[in-house]
Amino acid sequence: MLDIAVAYNRYKFLGNEFLTWLWFIIETDESSFRQHNPDFISLTVGNRLVLENTLNNAKETVTIRGDNASLEEGLVALTKGAVVTEIHLSYKTGSQNWEFSLKGESLNISNLKLPETGPVETPDDLEGVVLEKVYLIEKVLGFVNRLFSHFVHLRFSNTWDHETVAKIHKWAASK
Amino acid sequence: MGLLSSRMSITRYQVKGQLDGSVHETVYQGLKKHAIPKIEDDSSEATVGWTSFETPYAPDFEGYSFVFGTHMVFALRIDKKSIPPKLIQKHYALYVAKRLADTGRHYLSGNEKKSIKDHVVNTLVHRIPAAPNVYDVVWEYDTASLWFFSNLKAANEALETLFIKSFNLQLIRLFPYTMADRMAGLSDQERDVLRKLEKRRSEE
Repeated sequence: MLDIAVAYNRYKFLGNEFLTWLWFIIETDESSFRQHNPDFISLTVGNRLVLENTLNNAKETVTIRGDNASLEEGLVALTKGAVVTEIHLSYKTGSQNWEFSLKGESLNISNLKLPETGPVETPDDLEGVVLEKVYLIEKVLGFVNRLFSHFVHLRFSNTWDHETVAKIHKWAASK
Repeated sequence: MGLLSSRMSITRYQVKGQLDGSVHETVYQGLKKHAIPKIEDDSSEATVGWTSFETPYAPDFEGYSFVFGTHMVFALRIDKKSIPPKLIQKHYALYVAKRLADTGRHYLSGNEKKSIKDHVVNTLVHRIPAAPNVYDVVWEYDTASLWFFSNLKAANEALETLFIKSFNLQLIRLFPYTMADRMAGLSDQERDVLRKLEKRRSEE
């Protein structure tokens, strides 16, 4: 087992590659997410996307903010070798909608907004609301875990180097 | 930004190891032993301890009130005193002026200045109340899964330290490497690729 601090820094790139791949799949093959949740309706990029290019020992950051912002600048950055380091997502299943941000280096969830739950009006309501919130958090974290596991198996296969990387480059360059 | 907030941040952990004896009783004892003190320690800049989810300013774990279905829900509280730098500057200037007047000198040595500054900080720490920060914790023992409702580095480090002290169990933070290694169900061959990937990166 690697030292945790060493592993964190050494494998930040894996999380960034995951987010980059996620953006690519969202734009080119969104329906494939249904295999990770049969109730899947949509997964879309929300109001923030951050890319970083650290090639040639210089760090260049591109931040795209705002609802319905054009992501073209991000695609240009991808063609120059940048990766996604942070993404805000909107995830819908059935009639429920989650919003959250994912950071590549940690895969921490931030700014998570859950579907509406009942209010806590009396102490008796608390347990029900807590269990409902826990269930809703489990649902979205489970989905992210399944996506990451899928990515990892792909990343460690020959398909990644022989097909996926080329497809991502082709997609970024075609826009 | 806790479990009941409209927006929340979560850091995920895997809990390594098992508790001896009854889970709820052992957790209850650990929470009680390391609960945040009810009486504030005037001399301490920061105090860290467990508190209850429902009543974070009056810790109470009686009747296993931290158990919600299959989950245990409680909170980490960090009470911290933050002395505004301008306040330190003001009291420091007053002390220096008084010392100069008392001794009839025109300047103070570096050591004297440092000693005055330490004295000012110590005096103010006693007078300023600590501000409480509460971070919720959701622990599902059966799946060894724990969520901590903060992404702040200092709060996460405080959680990891207090958790092992309280329950003698280690928390493994989930980030790309640990998620791939522990959660993705890798085959031996894939795990080998993960390690080689590390080797390749480290050689760059």
